[in-house]
Amino acid sequence: MNNQTSREVLLEVKDLSQYFRISRDKVLKAVDHVNFKIHRGETVGLVGESGCGKSTTGRTILKLYTPNTGNVYYRGKDVFTFTADEDMQYRKQAQMIFQNPHSSLNPRMTVKDIVGAGMKIHNLAKSKELDGRIEALLRKVGLNKDHMSRFPQEFSGGQKQRIGIARALSVVPEFIVCDEPISALDVSIQAQVLNMLKKSQQDLGLTYLFIAHDLSVVKYISDRVIVMYLGTIVEEAVSEDLYRNPLHPYTQVLLSSIPIADPEQVRRKKRRIVSGEVASPITPPAICRFVSRCPLADQVCREQMPPLREVEPGHNVACFKV
Amino acid sequence: MPEIILEVKNLEFSFRTYGGVVKAVRDISFDVRKGELLGIVGESGCGKSVSVQCILRLNPEPPGFFEGGEILYKGKDIVKMSNRELRKIRGVEIGFIFQDPMTSLNPTMRVGKQIEEIFVGRKEVSRAEAKQKALEILELVGINEPERRYRQYPHELSGGMKQRVMIAIALVGQPGIIIADEPTTSLDVTIEAQILDILKELQEKFMTSIILITHDLGVVAKMCDRVLVMYGGKIVEEGPVNAIFYETAHPYTSGLIQSIATLDTSRDEELVPIEGTPPDLFSPPVGCPFAARCEYAMEICGMMMPDRTQVTPEHYSACWLLHEYAPDVELPAVVRTTEAEEITPSPEQVETEERV
Ligand SMILES: Nc1ncnc2c1ncn2[C@@H]1O[C@H](COP(=O)(O)OP(=O)(O)OP(=O)(O)O)[C@@H](O)[C@H]1O
Ligand SMILES: Nc1ncnc2c1ncn2[C@@H]1O[C@H](COP(=O)(O)OP(=O)(O)O)[C@@H](O)[C@H]1O
Ligand code: SF4
Ligand code: SF4
Ligand SMILES: [Mg+2]
Ligand SMILES: [Mg+2]
Repeated sequence: MNNQTSREVLLEVKDLSQYFRISRDKVLKAVDHVNFKIHRGETVGLVGESGCGKSTTGRTILKLYTPNTGNVYYRGKDVFTFTADEDMQYRKQAQMIFQNPHSSLNPRMTVKDIVGAGMKIHNLAKSKELDGRIEALLRKVGLNKDHMSRFPQEFSGGQKQRIGIARALSVVPEFIVCDEPISALDVSIQAQVLNMLKKSQQDLGLTYLFIAHDLSVVKYISDRVIVMYLGTIVEEAVSEDLYRNPLHPYTQVLLSSIPIADPEQVRRKKRRIVSGEVASPITPPAICRFVSRCPLADQVCREQMPPLREVEPGHNVACFKV
Repeated sequence: MPEIILEVKNLEFSFRTYGGVVKAVRDISFDVRKGELLGIVGESGCGKSVSVQCILRLNPEPPGFFEGGEILYKGKDIVKMSNRELRKIRGVEIGFIFQDPMTSLNPTMRVGKQIEEIFVGRKEVSRAEAKQKALEILELVGINEPERRYRQYPHELSGGMKQRVMIAIALVGQPGIIIADEPTTSLDVTIEAQILDILKELQEKFMTSIILITHDLGVVAKMCDRVLVMYGGKIVEEGPVNAIFYETAHPYTSGLIQSIATLDTSRDEELVPIEGTPPDLFSPPVGCPFAARCEYAMEICGMMMPDRTQVTPEHYSACWLLHEYAPDVELPAVVRTTEAEEITPSPEQVETEERV
């Protein structure tokens, strides 16, 4: 585990649900009664099928949505009952890095304005210091002061994502939700951005919620990993445990499906095959969400919802058969 | 050696734009053999899609145009074919699976009709037969309840299902060649695995030749027999899949292999990115396209394009390092897992295969 990880809980999500009403009688349960904790200095990976609620979880934590049930506690205080002052603080301390660097930067703003905006809002730098601070941030992410007056479109994907990171770091945050920060980038530049995120974490003691679908990347960057399936958490463990000993049938399928960049090894590897479609998140019945694809499913799985329970120290699974 | 069914020779394709001429594909040659799975990898914008779209003349012409080269198929040059001749090939003899199913499926037409479209106007296939074929193909690509899906519209299907419908459309005419341009990029790993299985099965069952474009080296490792590595509009390395991964002979390929985080990458290791950005195809470099980012670059690299050089009988690389006067360099490649590990496989490797 990361040597900077402490046991101090920085963020706690309790019974969080986020529903979207999509018609008069239909509700899409994007996140459904989810619980987890993130410790200071830790990187928690959040993985799962597209549409399973990863981004929604991250966005609700950052108060971009108001949850239907549950609470989010930041340093022990409920973020949805913050005073105006506390709220301002939280908006500085908790940042987000977005999936698509091409659309998350305002094309009419220069790099300097993009990176400097947060510092101005939060009064973090006097105007004559501002340029120097921006320059230092750009240097930190591998850009330089010549880039300050340019516009985002003039940069490559990897460079844009660095600008996004500089923007997130500009307000001296403690906690960053990284929502698929490298998925839109070419393989050859993903490494640049991952190194950058790791280094910033070490230098600044940051805490990350790292959302991704590339399981090798998640293993590389995370202390702990949470696996979601259709709005619920199905498994949660320390990274090494999860990859060595996946317990939930879905996690097993997921891990055995990773294509490894080693021809002989990947052709030797036996894979668990699932057929069947992902169930719909719209008004789902209170049964196991994986039942339509699960090789072990039986009657009880079709009648009840398996609770998330600790089966080994620090290893939680939601499945009747584990 | 297996029969060659398609031969691309010195192909050059460009686009006229306001900014000037984009030289998207710059003198590439390769062949496609019967029943093989040929992979194409490379950075985004390096010319993968344009190259394979040339094979079916799917690039818009204009602004696109051939600057040179030929594409030989059954003794004829596709570059010179009339629209009528092309229509007989498209979808019938050579199928195409696009990257984004949403923009390539017709939203106003039922799934079944879209699959059958290829038979419209063909007297030898009756309507009932066409429907029968459509249903069979839906089943083959793993769609449950084909009768119901047949009558649905694309928006009623999930992303994975839409992609399978795309594959069904490409397959229904039983083409001898299928071109799949990043067919699984927008999908999850579990669905991706299903789709890749289907492609592999077709290749093995019907001896279909498949050209698979991807930027995922894991997918290449798992699927391909041979691989072309493209960079800056050119093919920089070409060879059997094992040669590409274990005996890498081009610095760009080597850089790609090293940059990825694998399940074995230790948490404390720093990843090794390829620094810099790909070349500008408006004014492509005269020398090696990779020279600006290559850690082994020599003076000659910026001045002249290296020749395609044979490494072993099937393995070629276009790099000055292979020149007899160049210094000896060992390029980092994937390290083969040893015999010992094969005897005691890890728990994931002995996982029993279950079909549910
Ligand atoms: N504003 C919204 N209105 C209605 N539905 C929404 C909204 N935002 C998200 N959803 C739905 O909620 C579910 C979860 O979405 P979310 O974006 O959290 O998924 P995700 O796990 O991040 O997926 P991906 O891997 O594709 O990014 C999806 O079914 C999505 O379509
Ligand atoms: N219709 C078009 N008009 C102008 N330029 C194009 C067009 N299609 C592709 N290009 C350019 O050709 C080059 C190669 O593109 P492409 O083959 O799509 O790359 P990729 O390897 O990502 O598939 C890129 O520089 C791209 O911008
Ligand atoms: S609870 Fe039942 S259906 Fe759900 S994952 Fe476990 S065995 Fe499968
Ligand atoms: S030709 Fe030169 S620059 Fe190009 S890949 Fe080889 S060594 Fe590098
Ligand atoms: Mg998302
Ligand atoms: Mg492409």
